[in-house]
Amino acid sequence: MDSRLHPLLELTRARWLEFVRDKGTIFWVFGFPVLLAVALGIAFRNRGPESVRVAIIGAAASEITSRLGSPQTLEVVSRTNGAAFRELRSGRLDMVVEVEKCCGAGASLAYHFDETRPNGPLVRLAVDDAIQRALGRVDVATVHEEQVTESGARYIDFLLPGLIGLNVMGSCLWGLGYSVADARRRKLLKRFAATPMRRTDFLLAFVLSRFGFLVAEVAFVLAFGVIAFDVQVHGTLAAVFAISVMGTLAFAGLALLIASRTDNSEVASGWINFASIPMWVFSGAFFDYSRFPESIQPYIRALPLTAINDGLRAVVNHGDSLAQCWFELLVLTAWTVVTFVLALRLFRWQ
Amino acid sequence: MASTVAIMCAGLRKCFGELCAVDGLDLSIPAGECFGLLGPNGAGKTTTAELLEGLRRPTAGAVEVLGHNWFTRGDRGLRERIGVALQETRLPEKLNVKETLVLFASFYRKRRPFEEVIEALGLEEKRNSLVGKLSGGQKQRLALACALVGNPEILFLDEPTTGLDPQARLRIWGVIERFLGDGGTVFLTTHYMEEAERLCRRVGIIDQGKLIALGSPEQLVDSLDAEQIVAARLDGPADMTSLSGLEGVRTAENGGDFVRLAVRGLPHTLPRVLEELARQGRFVTSLETHRPSLEDVFVHLTGRGLRDG
Repeated sequence: MDSRLHPLLELTRARWLEFVRDKGTIFWVFGFPVLLAVALGIAFRNRGPESVRVAIIGAAASEITSRLGSPQTLEVVSRTNGAAFRELRSGRLDMVVEVEKCCGAGASLAYHFDETRPNGPLVRLAVDDAIQRALGRVDVATVHEEQVTESGARYIDFLLPGLIGLNVMGSCLWGLGYSVADARRRKLLKRFAATPMRRTDFLLAFVLSRFGFLVAEVAFVLAFGVIAFDVQVHGTLAAVFAISVMGTLAFAGLALLIASRTDNSEVASGWINFASIPMWVFSGAFFDYSRFPESIQPYIRALPLTAINDGLRAVVNHGDSLAQCWFELLVLTAWTVVTFVLALRLFRWQ
Repeated sequence: MASTVAIMCAGLRKCFGELCAVDGLDLSIPAGECFGLLGPNGAGKTTTAELLEGLRRPTAGAVEVLGHNWFTRGDRGLRERIGVALQETRLPEKLNVKETLVLFASFYRKRRPFEEVIEALGLEEKRNSLVGKLSGGQKQRLALACALVGNPEILFLDEPTTGLDPQARLRIWGVIERFLGDGGTVFLTTHYMEEAERLCRRVGIIDQGKLIALGSPEQLVDSLDAEQIVAARLDGPADMTSLSGLEGVRTAENGGDFVRLAVRGLPHTLPRVLEELARQGRFVTSLETHRPSLEDVFVHLTGRGLRDG
């Protein structure tokens, strides 16, 4: 009746059943990235140009406030001296303008602000511009403005490929690395080794079942971004999946390497965290890694998660072809080859 | 067929650094026999089983199963012909009974229909239950089912009934007896005397990696040359030389305020023993006599109980 059972298919099916029956895994793989996308997408949604909050204090405060009127770029508030400086320190005010004498040739103003804040220089320019105009400066050139909004430039567009990358990494390391270490602890590896099962079938089934999950995971997160945040996929879906598959292979190798010997799930979790936390930080999942010093950029670019994230961003946000992602694909291939060779050499069945 | 050797090992050693878990073991188990390896925890039973199953490489010595050596090209072919239940395997908890058996069945070419195996182990009602929800006895039966689904010639069972209640144990014994009845060979380890006495044609007793006794359960018990065992708890240590010198006492062992005597002619010997203890001024707090068992053989050989470790 069951004469045509194929061990590789049965092993893959068993892995798949174990996966879909584990509610915890399902949450981490499908629920978690969506929650992250929603939370970060809302927190960093694009608002209109932000206005600068300024408090004007000093003897001539009211006079200059009335001259300013209500400029588009400034939100002028009135505060007592003490409150103004307290709010400046806590970041709720961008600048405190102290005016002792207004107006005309003897005008004397002082700007209090923090130039090291990201918007510090812009705040100074905006406030100074508004005040100088209010006091009578006249622009010398007429400027024609044309505004563009490029889709793909929002934070959520940047974030979504990073979330897919994180998902590929997390589900490989935990779904494969942790599972194999756990199977060794449970003596399941030894039990399988006592059957005529081909050992390569067993490991291959883990990788194959990961490909099955991968399609579901990537499609799910991508579809969520497209539907909920109107993310545009500029490249081909085939390229998105090709990079994800290459990433899966690289992380499957890393996972097998981590799980090649240990029969202690805590040790395995420790190694998984050791391997993945630096990549959470450095590989540009949440913010651009070009903020890190130039000297460590080559190392960051050699990380597998960086390669996946960069590759996916190039395809999703810029519509690049696979050929244009050659460097990322090369990095992922190198990780795959090196980790698999080492893992298979070190692997213990008991 | 009866003369074919199913399992053979010679000079088998497995050492972990200085410590040898198996230290020079010679065994020859004919096809169709049920052989039991007895010993306390840590005696080397599991290591021996895993050496014979080809799951560990011996430090020295040879293992031959059905005429083949392990760690050669023929391993997979040989694995087709044996079934293994490890001492403790926690099968995937998210698979159900049937899925687990199908998975194991897929590894074998001349497998048994898994419905037949499910029925043989009385797991019909649990067919669709997840492994994680099974009782200890049901899990052990499933482990045995996984060993049987490949239709093996030899079954290796490492403590198949440890931790089970008597009824669950009886069920497993029934399955093993049926396998033996169909001409199979069984190698099992246990620290239950009843299990060895009921199932095994021959037993070996192992202690600290060495075989210290080998024979049928009857032979080993007969080697005590005793009709009855007298076990007594006293209010203090007794003088053993005068006890063992009594007529009808074959051997005498003690541990603190406990004495254990192998005796013949109980009706005459027992009064003499009690008389001697009274003469020594010892008060007997409890007294028990029983027919000698493998447990007594082990205690006699090692001075320790089988379950003491």
